Amino acid sequence: MDNRTFYNEILTAHNLHPYNKHPLPNPGVWKRGVNPSCGDDILLQLTLEDGVIKEGSFVGTGCAISQASADIMLDLILGKTTEEALRLKDIFLRMIKGETEEDELEELDEAICLRDVSHMPTRVKCAVLGWHTLEEILKKPEEEDGASPLPTTTE
Amino acid sequence: MKTTFDVNKIRKDFPLIDGQPLAYLDNSATSQKPVQVLAAVEQFYREQNANPFRGLYELSNIATNAYEEARSLCAEFIGAKDSCEVIFTRNASESLNLLAYSLGRGLTAADEIISTVAEHHSNMLPWQHTARAIGATVRYLHPDREGNFSLEEFKSLLSSKTKIVAMTQMSNVFGRAIDLKPFIDAAHEAGAVFVADASQSIAHMPVNVQELDVDFLAFSGHKMLAPMGIGVLYGKAKLLEKMPPFLTGGEMIEYVTLEDTTYAPLPHKFEAGTVNAGGAVGLGAAIRYLNAMDRTAALAHEDALTARAIDALMQIPHVNILGAKDAADHHGIVTFTIDGVHPHDVAAILAEADIAVRAGHHCTQPLHQYLEIPSTTRASLMFYNTFDEIDRFADAVSRIRSLMGYND
Ligand SMILES: Cc1ncc(COP(=O)(O)O)c(C=O)c1O
Repeated sequence: MDNRTFYNEILTAHNLHPYNKHPLPNPGVWKRGVNPSCGDDILLQLTLEDGVIKEGSFVGTGCAISQASADIMLDLILGKTTEEALRLKDIFLRMIKGETEEDELEELDEAICLRDVSHMPTRVKCAVLGWHTLEEILKKPEEEDGASPLPTTTE
Repeated sequence: MKTTFDVNKIRKDFPLIDGQPLAYLDNSATSQKPVQVLAAVEQFYREQNANPFRGLYELSNIATNAYEEARSLCAEFIGAKDSCEVIFTRNASESLNLLAYSLGRGLTAADEIISTVAEHHSNMLPWQHTARAIGATVRYLHPDREGNFSLEEFKSLLSSKTKIVAMTQMSNVFGRAIDLKPFIDAAHEAGAVFVADASQSIAHMPVNVQELDVDFLAFSGHKMLAPMGIGVLYGKAKLLEKMPPFLTGGEMIEYVTLEDTTYAPLPHKFEAGTVNAGGAVGLGAAIRYLNAMDRTAALAHEDALTARAIDALMQIPHVNILGAKDAADHHGIVTFTIDGVHPHDVAAILAEADIAVRAGHHCTQPLHQYLEIPSTTRASLMFYNTFDEIDRFADAVSRIRSLMGYND
């Protein structure tokens, strides 16, 4: 096997040691994202304050691409305003379609490691799962219902 | 096992893989097609094409003969008594849907169907669907971890309520050849008909419907060197004759008025509309190809490849193989998991090394649920695969955990 692999060190590190993969004790909003083709299943949890993403984490199972992508996304959006997070989401989705300019890409920081998914059509859904779930939360947050949030499966 | 099988010579017949970098190990999904099959299909459309049965001119007769010759070849290949017992369909799924619909017409809410947890969705959903529509019950036989079924458990499910048993001859996950004969005999004693799914077995073992005394048998051409879009349903003539048609329309009738219809005799009653004559001719050519080769040697080569793959994978830490311990019970199918690596990532890494395998649930979600494994990776072999390909595959598998960042 040659050394050129899509599974670069940044991606595998985020998959094996996801810093943001843990339940959030008191999330304000949360949403489940499922990708039936790989069986990826994540629960994204956020706390929003004055339009800023104060806290965030995810739990769930899935392929390395889905898990690493969600972890990297959280690194990027924590502390940002929701508008800023949605702007990054747009850049990310365009990167996956192969439609970004070089200077925009810099803003995505480590998420650039997923760039080559644009050549793997069957894995695009895995890479965008976290981002799509984020978009859904920010557009239509599910309010906390007082009880602790849904599944807390970690692996 | 050492065989004298000349795989390099055989591979010349398969230009898509011969001398190519890709190791094609996804044969259970579909096989490659030899040039002899491609040539036969082309020849049909170049020299024999007309709508079979419909024209009162010579070319239509030629087309009809080519189509019917393919049917005879199929009948002979599976040991059917009469070629009218071979019905051409699109694939195994359509054959099984035909049965579920047509046999289902004769069921009542009190009746039971027995199937197994190891079935492909194609031999599960049609029965589920039929049972739900009628209010009948489907009962399921469970495989053990080696992919075997217990005849005792089967007999405990059987009763006078059992009308249909639908079971695979070879699971596309385990690869074990199930000796169906005792199950068929027991089903007959209970008064039920037996449907065998031979989609996986047909290319990897000799199948003989009369020796089995099986009532119905379904398979697809595309997994046995033929083109996609042609499949077979075998049924005993005396049963098929009593069954209502599935699809209706052209070419399956004897006489139609606005009120009523009498149907054409077998097999045409079950072949509505213009048939896939080119596909059937391709299937005939595939059977000729298999008949012309030393099949015993070819299957022995497959067994040797399978043993090589399983032996190699068993040496790799964190790799778990599903099914039988003995490679001889795998018939070219090696389904496995790697601890801590998702099967889709396994398949993607193998793809980077030019190795084609399948990952997921392989259309057997209930089996994966039962085994409590979300998904798996499957390498599936054919006689045209080489030891070199197996070694490349095993070598690539051995590197996957370290590529994914594990320090084993
Ligand atoms: C055991 C088994 N049954 C049924 C099928 C369905 O075959 P097809 O998709 O050609 O109808 C397959 C293959 O996909 C199979 O492996």
